[in-house]
Amino acid sequence: MTSRKIEVLVGLFVALAIAAFMLLSLKVANSGMAGSGETYMLYAKFENIGGLKVRSPIKVGGVVVGRVRSINLDTEEYSPVVAMEIDSQYNNFPETSSVAILTSGLLGEQYLGLQPGFVDETVSILKSGDYVEDTKSAIVLEELIGQFLFNRGSN
Amino acid sequence: MIVDKLQQLGQKSIAKIQGMGRATVMLFGALVAWPTPRKSFPLLLKQLYVVGVLSLLIILVSGLFIGMVLALQGYTVLSKFGAEQMLGPLVALSLLRELGPVVTALLFAGRAGSALTAEIGLMKATEQLSGMEMMAVDPLRRIIAPRFWAGVISMPLLAMIFTAVGILGGHLVGVDWLGVDSGGYWSAMQANVDFQQDIMNGVIKSAVFALIVTWIALHKGFDAVPTSEGISQATTQTVVTSSLAVLGFDFILTAVMFGG
Repeated sequence: MTSRKIEVLVGLFVALAIAAFMLLSLKVANSGMAGSGETYMLYAKFENIGGLKVRSPIKVGGVVVGRVRSINLDTEEYSPVVAMEIDSQYNNFPETSSVAILTSGLLGEQYLGLQPGFVDETVSILKSGDYVEDTKSAIVLEELIGQFLFNRGSN
Repeated sequence: MIVDKLQQLGQKSIAKIQGMGRATVMLFGALVAWPTPRKSFPLLLKQLYVVGVLSLLIILVSGLFIGMVLALQGYTVLSKFGAEQMLGPLVALSLLRELGPVVTALLFAGRAGSALTAEIGLMKATEQLSGMEMMAVDPLRRIIAPRFWAGVISMPLLAMIFTAVGILGGHLVGVDWLGVDSGGYWSAMQANVDFQQDIMNGVIKSAVFALIVTWIALHKGFDAVPTSEGISQATTQTVVTSSLAVLGFDFILTAVMFGG
């Protein structure tokens, strides 16, 4: 076995390992896409975020346009503030847009549904750092049941 | 009677601890030194070939088959719940987190670890190691160090190849044979696999296993009784000890990484 042949085979081995790593990190995990596109931030204040998590998807009409970057509690009103990282190719949401916390299926994970609003001369476009004013909180099953029972009781 | 038993226990414990001490001294002697890349790189390359490239075939074949079996068995259960879409995450997560590093380490112990032990044990038995010392060549630097680095470098690479081939094998059975949707296989996988949490932890696991297996193999060979019987015992011990160590450490690492 000449040393050149060994070198070529070792090189091939390392190249194969790099190819495997690329396959794992680009095709299997979602990290490859998160770092590639430019994004901008929008914020939204909710009353209750239910089971929303960091990295939950943000969807417009079912299409993923971004992900939740962070969830913090506002220290003045103690209401959760969700920071949304949105792909900058979708940077044309008017300030009349609304965000709702929705659930995919009965048992599925929760996600943010962004609903674009109407546009006229008085409505400006949301910029990076702006708050989406119109928000709908997550439906908490226990509260729903509680309301139902309360209504039944008062009748 | 009891004192005799106690003495035996003490003797065994002392022997074990002495063995660990000798292993540590050996590793330090091999690794703690001024680096001489021009001299040691060709030696390392040769060992990367022996340890890494020659293990490639068994890794590729077993990775492919384990991925295929996972997909086949997972599909049976998942289809009962109508959750065939989750086949991708099932195959990817079990390979990335557990099977990739662990099975690669076990195969590596059998394929490369035993060979390292036998080679070094035979060198000791035929007095090649003491011959080197006579010529003022440090056998730790010349024999142990390149083999150690070759093992530590090539095993994480092999584990990565194993995992990637396994996921492709799962695709082969799940998508091409059982009819799971191809886009669903990949997109559900992407939604559930996290780079830091799953891929990097798998790589860390395989690096730890590489260290353990290579170290045990080298130590058993270097410490072997220099007879043909001693070498055969040392080779067996390498495979048994490193397999047990890998499984034990796997539990600890899993508890630390994914337990919380």
